Amino acid sequence: MSEREQAALPRRPGPPLWLLLELTYRCPLHCVFCYNPTDFSSIGCELETAQWLRVLREARALGAVQLGLSGGEPLAREDLETVVAEAHRLGFYTNLITSGIGLTEQRLGALKDAGLDHIQLSFQDSTRRLNDFLSSTRTFELKSRVAALIKKYRYPMVLNVVIHRLNIDHIDDILVMAERMGAEYVELANTQYYGWAWLNRTHLLPSREQLRRAEDVTQRFRQRVGSRMRIFFVVPDYFETRPKPCMNGLGQVFLAVAPDGVALPCHAARTLPGVIFPNVREMSIGAIWYDSPAFNRYRGEAWMKDPCRSCPERARDFGGCRCQAYLLTGDAANADPVCDRSPHHHLVSRIVEQANLAAGAEQPLVFRDHRGAAVAD
Amino acid sequence: MMGEVNAASRPAIGSGFRLQWESAQNAHVLLYPEGMVKLNASAAAILTRCDGVRTVEDIVADLERAFSVNGLGRDVLAFLGLALERHWLELRP
Repeated sequence: MSEREQAALPRRPGPPLWLLLELTYRCPLHCVFCYNPTDFSSIGCELETAQWLRVLREARALGAVQLGLSGGEPLAREDLETVVAEAHRLGFYTNLITSGIGLTEQRLGALKDAGLDHIQLSFQDSTRRLNDFLSSTRTFELKSRVAALIKKYRYPMVLNVVIHRLNIDHIDDILVMAERMGAEYVELANTQYYGWAWLNRTHLLPSREQLRRAEDVTQRFRQRVGSRMRIFFVVPDYFETRPKPCMNGLGQVFLAVAPDGVALPCHAARTLPGVIFPNVREMSIGAIWYDSPAFNRYRGEAWMKDPCRSCPERARDFGGCRCQAYLLTGDAANADPVCDRSPHHHLVSRIVEQANLAAGAEQPLVFRDHRGAAVAD
Repeated sequence: MMGEVNAASRPAIGSGFRLQWESAQNAHVLLYPEGMVKLNASAAAILTRCDGVRTVEDIVADLERAFSVNGLGRDVLAFLGLALERHWLELRP
C-alpha cells in the first residue's frame, strides 16, 4: 500500500477525551442564535438518569476525561446533581454550561458537594430582551445574583457572551457589565451559524466594520483592566480565509450525546443528511466510537474531495466543518467554503458582502420555540 | 507571588486544576476548565510532589533520591516558575 493510500485510511482514533452530554433541549430562554436543532421539540424523550450514568461509565472506561454538561438548560434536569456526583466519582473533570436560570444557592451547594469543577455562565439572552439586557434590568440582576453565588462557592467567574449583529455595537456596555459582575474570564463568542442561528443568519451576521470596531473596543478594554479580567474574542469564521479545524476532525476527540441518546461527533452533526447516528440506548459507547459507520465516515481523508484531497493544509484543518460545508454547498464532503481555495468560497463572500451592505434583514427573527420554527415578533 | 518561588516555597496544584493518572493515555494529565495538558514523566514527577506541604527543597531532595541523581535544583525551579506562570501551581504560605 502506498503512503498516500495509508494516509487516506481512517486511523484508529484515540479515546473520546471530550464528552458532552446535552442533558435536555428544554430551556426557559428562546435565543435566536441557539445551535440546537430547529425541530428539537419533535425529538424523542430524554434519557433517564440510569442511562446517562451508564454513558458516563462507558465513556470514562474508554478514557473520556473532560465532561461538558449542557443542553438546553441542564439545570432543567432535576438529576443534574446525581449525574455530576457519578461523573466526579469516575474521575471526570466536570464543566457546567448554564444560563444560570434555576441556579439557586441550594442547587449550587449540592453541585459543589457533588464535585462540580467548573461553571461557565452564559449570557444566552434572547434578542427579544436585548434592551432589557443592555439597560441592566432583570437579566442583569439575575446574572449578578448567580455570579455572586458562583464566587461565594469559590468558582472562577467565567462569562460567555454570544455576539451578533444586534449586540456587537454594545460590546463596551457588555464588558462594563461583566466587570461590575466580577467576571474573571469573558468569552465574546461570535455566533456560529447552525440551528436557529442559521435560520436567523441575515439578522445576526455583523458587518466587517462592526467587527473591526468591536475588536478595537475590546482591545482598549483589555488595556484598561489588565490581567484582572481576561477577554477572548472569537471572530465569526465567515470572515476568515481558512476554515477552523472543526472538532479537531470529526470522531477524533469529541463525542456528544443528545437528550434522546443520539450520539454525535459534533453538536451540530444532527443536520448532516444521509448519516444514521447511533443511539446510546442501543449501542455501547465503545461500539459507537470505534465501529459505527457514522463516527467513521469523516475520519481519515478518504472522504475528502478536491481541493482538500490534495491540499497541503488538510492535516491542519481537516477540510473545516462538515456541517458548514453541507449547509452552504449542499454536500458535507465538500471543502468548508470559508476556505478561499474552495470553489464555493464565493457563497461565503457574498453573505459577508450582504452583511456589510444591509442595514438589517427583511424577514422576521425566529425565536427558539417548542412549536418549531414558528415566526415570532 | 509569581516568580518568587524559592527553596522554602510550598507549591500546590492551582485551584481549578486537577492532576491525575490516565491509564488510557498512559500518562499523568493536568485537567482544567475545558482543557487538558498531558504531562511528560519529569513534569509529572515534580507536580505529583507539589502537595502544598513539602517545600521546594524537600521536593528536590526527594526527586534526587528517587532518581539517584544530584543537582536537580535548577531544573526543578525553572519548571516550577513556568508552572506558576501558567497557574498550574500556586504557592502556599
